[in-house]
This record gives sequence, structure tokens and C-alpha cells, in this order.
Amino acid sequence: MQPDRLPAGAPPRFLAESPIAAALSRLPSYPPSLLFAAGLNAALWDLLPEDARRALQDKRIAIRVVDLGLAFHFRGTAIGFQPTGKGAEDLVIAAAARDFAQLALRREDPDTLFFARRLVMQGDTELGLMMKNTLDALELTPQDLWVRLAPLPLLRALVRISLRF
Amino acid sequence: MPREGRLELVCPAGTLAGLKAAVDNGADCVYLGFRDATNARNFAGLNFDAAAAKEGLRYAHAKGAKVLVAINTYPQAESWTRWTAALDQAAELGADAVILADLGLMEYAARTHPQLRLHLSVQGSATHYEAVNFYHEHFGIRRAVLPRVLSLAQVAQVARNTPVEIEVFGFGGLCVMVEGRCALSSYVAGESPNTAGACSPAKAVRWLETPKGLETRLNGILVNRFGPGEMAGYPTLCKGRFEVAGATYYAIEEPASLNILELLPRLAEIGVAAVKIEGRQRSPAYVAQVTRVWRQALDACARNAQDYSVKGAWMTELGKVAEGQQHTLGAYHRPWK
Repeated sequence: MQPDRLPAGAPPRFLAESPIAAALSRLPSYPPSLLFAAGLNAALWDLLPEDARRALQDKRIAIRVVDLGLAFHFRGTAIGFQPTGKGAEDLVIAAAARDFAQLALRREDPDTLFFARRLVMQGDTELGLMMKNTLDALELTPQDLWVRLAPLPLLRALVRISLRF
Repeated sequence: MPREGRLELVCPAGTLAGLKAAVDNGADCVYLGFRDATNARNFAGLNFDAAAAKEGLRYAHAKGAKVLVAINTYPQAESWTRWTAALDQAAELGADAVILADLGLMEYAARTHPQLRLHLSVQGSATHYEAVNFYHEHFGIRRAVLPRVLSLAQVAQVARNTPVEIEVFGFGGLCVMVEGRCALSSYVAGESPNTAGACSPAKAVRWLETPKGLETRLNGILVNRFGPGEMAGYPTLCKGRFEVAGATYYAIEEPASLNILELLPRLAEIGVAAVKIEGRQRSPAYVAQVTRVWRQALDACARNAQDYSVKGAWMTELGKVAEGQQHTLGAYHRPWK
């Protein structure tokens, strides 16, 4: 194959979006992103090692929950994650809600999901790998995570709802 | 190191959580690397700093498992002290063995840390007993990890003619298996595992969903495209698809996962000391899943090798986490010579 130019990005088409996704995707993304960034800060920020925090500096990341049509946009700053608007992401990670939940509960291996085309990572692969490995290294049980999210009852309620899908 | 007639299970640990998953699920040994190019899985965020390694050793030893430290890349003249520092660190931490490939480092280890147990890495590419015995005579290596290019008969031939313990790969992703000598990644990404510790370094990799499928690019060069429903694989050149004489296909190597569960009785008979599971880059979930299956299989084989047979459930469990769409016995089984 000859070297050629990178084509323009297209949205992941690896999963059929549910009818609910079509409705949810029309909602503004900032409020969910605000809540998501707050959740990440509560759950993870103080646990991240220095090299991971450095790597996240000023990087814009989007987490796309494909089957729900939800997207969370945020960036790393010196003091934590901050919600952002859509666009100009350095890294986009996309999967179904159930698979994200399996990853968070450490029941599934990200590479396994990637091989099966159930997890897509586009953009800065090194940043994505750094995040993956850093999260793998954290010895957080699902219970620990749940406790850490206690200050955010709305987020906990939404997690409960999304896990039913 | 291993008990008579019993194959040791050597499992990967990319993180402390991975190490605990391996130990808790029945690994006899775990192998790990430090957070730099001194090991062949040098990926961002992966591996052990001194504190994590210390805790890993404490955890493993408390549960009767051993820790092997891979320092299995090749130092260059300007970076020599980084490799010797890694070796000193492994010795100070009390590692049960170090896994080395470089001759100079091997000599340094034998001279500076004579008590430290030395294993020859697969990166050393020793495929015959003369090579293995050379390392034994000069540096006192106690174990050699054989490259995945030998047939079972050839493994037996090596094992018969050396006092060095033999370790073979049992499960995990395959490549062209010229470890320690493969510079393919350098041609596109400017770095190879031999000196930089990573094949297809992540900074050179981009995945992109396009209307034609999921594309893998290495330094901008298209190396693979996975159509809808097709399994994806790692972004290595050897497992890329290329246009050759008008056809686009896996011209070098088709992604496949090595799985030699069915050969366990034969390996034990040959006198192989240990079986290694590939995958320090994988998550603790993978390590737990794979270690659990292999522990069961090895125990079943040790109980009664004659009645041993591979269970369907084991293959299903391993099939779920494997790269590629097929399991293979690799070079171990080949009808031709």
C-alpha cells in the first residue's frame, strides 16, 4: 500500500445506535460533560500519577457512549478535568454503555473489546494507551469507585439507569 | 527452581494490579519490566516504578510466587548505564531472576551480581543448544526462553542437550517471531523493540473509522483496514495487509494466537521447565482470565498426564481474549522439517 493522506474522520459505525440514542444525541452535550468531568475528578484525579496528569494537560478528550447517543467532552488541566464543548478532540473513545461499564468494573479487557470492534479509539493513541494503562494500574474496586462518587448523587443515579441498558 | 516434572506457569504483569491478578489466579511466576526502554513492552503508563516493583515482590513472595524482571532490550553505547542501573535495581529489589538478552549486560550481571539468577530472554534468539550452552558456560544462565520458531522435536532436542531449564511460550499473540533481530517497525515508525522497547510505538499509531472500515496507520502509512464485522488486530507491520501482485492480503503473517494447551503432556515429558503467557500490555482482566484457565490445565496435566484432555470451556475462554480469529500451535506442530 502506498502512503496516502489521512482522510477526514468519520463517526464510528461499528454499533447500531438505538432509537433512544437518536433522541439523546439531540440534547446539548455540555451538562452531561460537566457532570462527567465532576465524576472523573471525584473518582480519579487525586489517584493519577504525575506522568498521567502531565500527559493529560490541555488534551481534549471525548467519550462517546454510542448506543445511548451520549458524548462527554472534557480536557485535562493542572487542577483536574474540565468540561469543554464539542470539537477539536485529541482523543475520542467510543463504545456501548455496557462495555464501558464492563471496563469500569474490570471484567473486560480493553484489547479484547478492541479486537472485537466493540471499542474504538481515535486520535492520539499514545494518550489513549497512557490512560488505559494508568487506569489498569489503579487498584480501585467498583465499590471504591461508588464510594468516591458519593458527593455526586445525580451522577450515581444516572450510572444506575445507564447500567440497565 | 521448578519442582520435578511440574511445568511452571509464568504470567505477564504490566501493572501491580496485573501482578496481583496473576498471583491470585495461580501463576507460579510473574514477569515484569521497569518504566523505560530497558524492557520490550515499553508503553506509556505501563510497567513498574521502584515502589510498585517493591510492593509486587512483597505480594508475590507472600503468596509463594516468584518475580522475574525483564531487562531484555539492547543498550546502546550512550545509554549503557540506564540498563546497568535497571539491573542493579532488580538485584536490590530481590528479584528472583532477571531476563536478559544483551551479551554485555549478561556479562555485567554475572560479574556484578553473581547471586542473581539469569534467564536468557526470547529476545536473545537462541534457537539451538549450542547457543544456550554458550550463555550457560560464560554467564551461568539457569533458564532460556526459546523463540517460537521451533518444532516440538526441536524443543526436545535443545532440552536434551543442555543443563539449562527451558521455558516456552504457551499462549498469546504471535508475530514473525524474530525477536531481538526484528527491525521491521523501524522502517515505518523509526523505532523497534530491540532498542526502544516497543514494536509500533503508540505515538506513531492512528486508528480511524472511515466509510471503508477501521484503518490502522503507522506514521501516516496505511497498514491495515478492517471491514465491518472483521476482527481488528494490533498495529504491527508484520500483521498488516499489503497489496502484492494485485491482491491485498496478509502478506507476511496472519493475526493468530498461539495456544498450546493440547501439548502440555508432551512438554512435561520433554522436560520443559516452564510455560510463558504473553501479554504484559494487556489488562489485569485478561491476566486473570488466562491465568485461571492455564492453572486448571496445568494442574489437570500434573495430576494425570495420560488422561489429560483440553476442555472446550478452556478454549472458549481463551478464544474470547485472543488476537486474530484463529488459534494455532505455531511452529511446535509442523508436519514438515
